[in-house]
Amino acid sequence: MQATIVQAVNDALHTEMGRDDRVVVFGEDVAESGGVFRATDELLEEFGSKRVVDTPLSEIAIVGGAAGMAMYGYRPVAEIQFSGFLPPAFDQLVTNASRIRWRTRGELSAPMVVRMPYGAGVRALEHHSESLEGAYAHIPGLQVVVPSTPADTKGLLTAAIRDPDPVLFMEPKRIYRSIREEVPEGEHEVPIGEAAVRREGEDVTVVAWGSMMPPTLEAVEEGGVDAEVIDLRSISPMDTETVVESVKKTGRCVVAHEGPRTLGVGSEIVARINDEALMYLEAPIERVTGFDTPVPLLSMEDFYFPHPPRILDGIEAALAD
Amino acid sequence: MSDRESDIRAPPATGDDGGGEVRYLSQSDLSVPTHQIVAPDGSYDERAVPDLDDEEFLDLYRWMVTDRVFSRRMVNIQRRGELGTFGSTRGQEASIIGSAFTLRPDDWLYVGRAWTPMFMRGASMKDMILFWRGIEEGQEAFAKHNSQIAISIGSHLPLVAGIAWGMHLDDADAVATAYLGDGATSTGAAHEGINLAGSLGLPALFFCQNNQYAISMPYERQSGANTIAQKALAYGIDAIRVDGQDVLAVYDAVQSARERVTEGEPVFVESVTYRLDAHTTSDDPTRYRSDEEVEHWEAHDPIERYRQFLKSEGLWSEIDHDAVVEEIDAEFDEALAAANEMEERAVSEMFTYLYDELPPELARQLAEFEDLLERRPEMYDYIEHRPKG
Ligand SMILES: Cc1ncc(C[n+]2csc(CCOP(=O)(O)OP(=O)(O)O)c2C)c(N)n1
Ligand SMILES: [Mg+2]
Repeated sequence: MQATIVQAVNDALHTEMGRDDRVVVFGEDVAESGGVFRATDELLEEFGSKRVVDTPLSEIAIVGGAAGMAMYGYRPVAEIQFSGFLPPAFDQLVTNASRIRWRTRGELSAPMVVRMPYGAGVRALEHHSESLEGAYAHIPGLQVVVPSTPADTKGLLTAAIRDPDPVLFMEPKRIYRSIREEVPEGEHEVPIGEAAVRREGEDVTVVAWGSMMPPTLEAVEEGGVDAEVIDLRSISPMDTETVVESVKKTGRCVVAHEGPRTLGVGSEIVARINDEALMYLEAPIERVTGFDTPVPLLSMEDFYFPHPPRILDGIEAALAD
Repeated sequence: MSDRESDIRAPPATGDDGGGEVRYLSQSDLSVPTHQIVAPDGSYDERAVPDLDDEEFLDLYRWMVTDRVFSRRMVNIQRRGELGTFGSTRGQEASIIGSAFTLRPDDWLYVGRAWTPMFMRGASMKDMILFWRGIEEGQEAFAKHNSQIAISIGSHLPLVAGIAWGMHLDDADAVATAYLGDGATSTGAAHEGINLAGSLGLPALFFCQNNQYAISMPYERQSGANTIAQKALAYGIDAIRVDGQDVLAVYDAVQSARERVTEGEPVFVESVTYRLDAHTTSDDPTRYRSDEEVEHWEAHDPIERYRQFLKSEGLWSEIDHDAVVEEIDAEFDEALAAANEMEERAVSEMFTYLYDELPPELARQLAEFEDLLERRPEMYDYIEHRPKG
């Protein structure tokens, strides 16, 4: 089946709800109207109003409620309408969802998914553009997953729903509809915690994820660089091995991400490479990232996130020394 | 600060007076009146009409028409691709204008769906166009008039409580006002903000426009509470429920509320109204509500109701409606032309206003980026600078 990323989300939800009747979907405007991006379209019609529920405008209750329902034995998939509205519920992630298993020595757990579109570039208002995966990955006990292709979206969301622990599933809304590819029919699972090598190469390793994948691949193409491009896919847990092995081979590395630079996921990747492959490095690792500022409002938001020439600039810097 | 019973924490003196039976406090025992002055058929009791002079009565009308024309024009330019998105206020004009008409320049105002109050306070249509085009000068202009627009729903209520707290410390002759929607009442932030105001007795005025929907969610499912007004009681805050299609009733209610707030008692007003247009230009309301329902509310048009009143008062002849619309259209044309003149801004815009002084790391990031844009002008193949949003 040919599908876009947002259609793949919908497909995964349909498939998993059909497979397991403990899967329950809820959030703002997800049922009656099928979600503001139509990610939950037709779920209400197929699975009914007990399992597909429009909630009040209450992010704390959506995330905290998902954790409680999960502790009780259900498999909630909660939607936060835009990632910019997760912050009120940050408390429930930090205080509850991420540590239920730890707190009860495994007696209880919170197998839940919080899905949300993230990222800039859709000409929306303030709070509709952020990429704070670094902040969320900083929460011990919370898995953070960011797909970049339709097939991975279906596979990783499926894995997230089946996972015994909480997953924050960040959907790259800038490319929600810009990529269409073959997505496996029926059940399709892609394991959490495994990066994908999108392109093999010898001279430099480039690590990116989510909506940064298309511009990263374009930069490599444009520059005619023999780069190994890694799609991290899981921010937490992170597939350190795939990254480190690649860097051992190429000796050079660039990390590209949309979120702010300081204490961003790139910082952690650099640190892990330093821990495990420092002696293989032939040049300092380059980071090409968003700035340490809020994402500008829509008139200037295009300036914020890295485009191919900026990524290529980073790649050439890594290749220079 | 309001006077409190001093024995509030003492145990009940005479114990249970329910004859040994468990007794519930229930919303079904509450009777919540809805304040109305001009009935839907245009009739009214002369004695209930607020004490405004003719010019003020006419101003209310002009502002309501301004609100309607502004929404119409903004929806139009959005369709032409000259705005990212826009949230129309059509249907809510009485609610928006009747309330904002009571505010004074020293008051602070934090709004949800209500744009014309910014004009009433001195900001321009151009500022509002800039806001919706995602140009920071919009909120900068509103700030000059002690006003802001909250995008994260409900997030402004603690802010308004804090502003009111400052006013309270200053003994200021002003109130801090939060406009919020029915959906906003479900947020944790709203709860905490309202509770703080009730707890400390702060000069905060909460004006909730219950327009029946939070995007697709009808109020009946937003909460188990029959009315929003009754929620305020749980915070020890008095409330008024008012017919939001009746501009005089809204004015009367909020005027009364504002006075009480200046005496140190927060007040919560629920204005019962209806959003006739889509949530925003990217919303399709036919997915969640019926044409009949919309037609029902079209028949309760607030401007039409007020026109009836003006006719009965013999004031309608003072207004040349078409000329009013033409004047507002001209004002909009001028504002749009001025907004279109906005020049592309320097990239330093992104960095300059985050702190009072640019920290070294940010200065470094800015310098690097400026250098990159110079070295690689092909960046502009990917960057659409959108002074038109
Ligand atoms: C905290 C938060 N969650 C979600 C949203 C997305 N959103 C924007 S407006 C809206 C509905 C608001 O409803 P209401 O408070 O009734 O105001 P109205 O739009 O009807 O004026 C939602 C869910 C948001 N802006 N902020
Ligand atoms: Mg509403």
